[in-house]
Amino acid sequence: MARAVLRLEAIRKSYNPGTPTEVEVLHGIDLELGEHEFCALMGPSGSGKSTLLNIMGLLDHPTGGRLFLDRQEATDLDDRALTRLRGRSIGFVFQYHHLIPAFTAHENVLMPMLVDRGRPDAGMRARADELLESVGLGPWRENPANKLSGGQQQRVAVARALAMDPALLLADEPTGNLDTKSAQGVFDLMREASRSRGTTVLLVTHNHALAEQCDRIVELVDGRIVGDRRV
Amino acid sequence: MPSWLPFEWIAAARFLREGRMQSVSIILGVSIGVGVIVFMSAALAGQQANIVKRVLSSQPHIVLLPPQETARPLRGDVAEAAIVQKPLQRMRSLDQWQKIVEELRALRPVAAVSPLASGPAFAVRGEASRSVNMQGIEPESYFRIVPLPEKVVAGSPRLGAQDVVIGTDLGTDLGVTIGDKLNLRVASGLSATLTVSALVDLGSKFVNQRTAFVALPTAQALLGLPGGVSAIDVTVRDIYAAEEIAQQIRGATGADADSWIKTNAQLFLAINAQIIANTTIRFFVGLAVAFGIAAVLIVSVVQKSKEIGILRAMGASRGQILRVFLLQGAALGLVGSLAGCALGAAAIVLWGELVRNPDGTPLFPLDLDPKLFVAATLLATLTGLVAAFVPALRGSRMDPVVAIRG
Repeated sequence: MARAVLRLEAIRKSYNPGTPTEVEVLHGIDLELGEHEFCALMGPSGSGKSTLLNIMGLLDHPTGGRLFLDRQEATDLDDRALTRLRGRSIGFVFQYHHLIPAFTAHENVLMPMLVDRGRPDAGMRARADELLESVGLGPWRENPANKLSGGQQQRVAVARALAMDPALLLADEPTGNLDTKSAQGVFDLMREASRSRGTTVLLVTHNHALAEQCDRIVELVDGRIVGDRRV
Repeated sequence: MPSWLPFEWIAAARFLREGRMQSVSIILGVSIGVGVIVFMSAALAGQQANIVKRVLSSQPHIVLLPPQETARPLRGDVAEAAIVQKPLQRMRSLDQWQKIVEELRALRPVAAVSPLASGPAFAVRGEASRSVNMQGIEPESYFRIVPLPEKVVAGSPRLGAQDVVIGTDLGTDLGVTIGDKLNLRVASGLSATLTVSALVDLGSKFVNQRTAFVALPTAQALLGLPGGVSAIDVTVRDIYAAEEIAQQIRGATGADADSWIKTNAQLFLAINAQIIANTTIRFFVGLAVAFGIAAVLIVSVVQKSKEIGILRAMGASRGQILRVFLLQGAALGLVGSLAGCALGAAAIVLWGELVRNPDGTPLFPLDLDPKLFVAATLLATLTGLVAAFVPALRGSRMDPVVAIRG
């Protein structure tokens, strides 16, 4: 197997820990994702997919276990270090595109680089242009984000997620609100990114047809991995 | 998106532009508040300056008098008296007044010093006589304390040994005008016949009926103070420091030094009360502005929670989010205060044009003081920054997961 980009060791997550209302939603998850890997995460609603994704994305803290990202243990990092690691190593694509409506398509793609480096420069602008072209939205670069169609917005979101050339791309049902054609288009973009840029992708989806196009499918039920197979 | 602008400035400007109705409303609110503060400050300063000018333009800021004579009962072997009568206060000269005048002139806070010999007299013309306060002055130094030439209604304020300058109402009462002779007589019986060189309006009928200015040597001769003076008038650069300076002079010279603050205590209290009332109003207007900005930004933080979550997911630090909202508060304060300064300036100009005395002169002058505008702008910007702190902190502490979920 290729070098591990993400490794989870016995990850647990409880809500209201230490109280009578404590609920454990992840019961010791072990998972490893290698370079270039394109993996689907499936499971019924309430199985803990989003919680697991948030932990993988360093947006949430596990209550137990260890997490390694890019060979660096992230479990005990403070907020500042986690934020920096997240910004540079992880790209997010959400179910609802979550573009920032105050900015244009081009500026939304520019945003992760702007947040990281502080001021916009020519190199960042060129990279944003290149990414927008790669998702077929070059002509829409100056359009306000909220004036694009759903499919276009999700393409911008994919371009934005790739802006920092992250080692890991986490996509939480990115095609959930799109028609079949747009969904396949967005999926193909992520697939292409994985192939051409070597980005590791974890795709949470309910869409079996798309999942079957991935390299690997992991199934989560009631906070436990119940299936892990290569396609 | 200009290359020289940092991320926080770009995001703050865009968020404000996106919620432009909210931004315009609060800028309008801030500008009205700042406009009121600017206008009220200018009105207060103008009114105070006007009152003080009217009151102090015909009197010195500090008057030095000889120390009062006190009774000194014998002690020791002699039996102590049960009742000690207060001594009469004779007309006396200030001891070593020339030296005191030189010392006072050397003091930095002192603007002008003038010795004078003053006392009661009768102004007599034919059958008519009036009691007056005769003031013997050195014109050159006295005019720097009380600008008599500005108050001349007729004649010229010439004060040779044979001249007298009198109040307009005294001239009317005695039926004298420029060039007429007037006899000044004191209680000792000494008198001098002088020529009226000018009639002055000192701003009060009472004062105009009872004032006569003569040359210092003339007054010294009439009052029996050869070479002496009964008082030294002092003008200081900071009128509100007059009492403090008077105390210093008292300590240094041993003379009684009374400031205008002490002798016009009621006026000073009234001015202070006005300052307190005005400051209170300005404080509450400022508070309303601060709460307005805070309210808008609290709403903005709630509205922008998803964007905050996304930015945090992209790697924006808590500090960056904090600065984005602090900058919005400062920008609202700055733009609002600039508009408010313009509003206040327009109100000041309009006041000057519309509110006038019956003779057409402004009721009182309002200055367009640049310092006031700079202070108002800085204060409003700072208020915006402080008001934005709580919402900004709230935004920066948002859990990105919760924020994205909305």
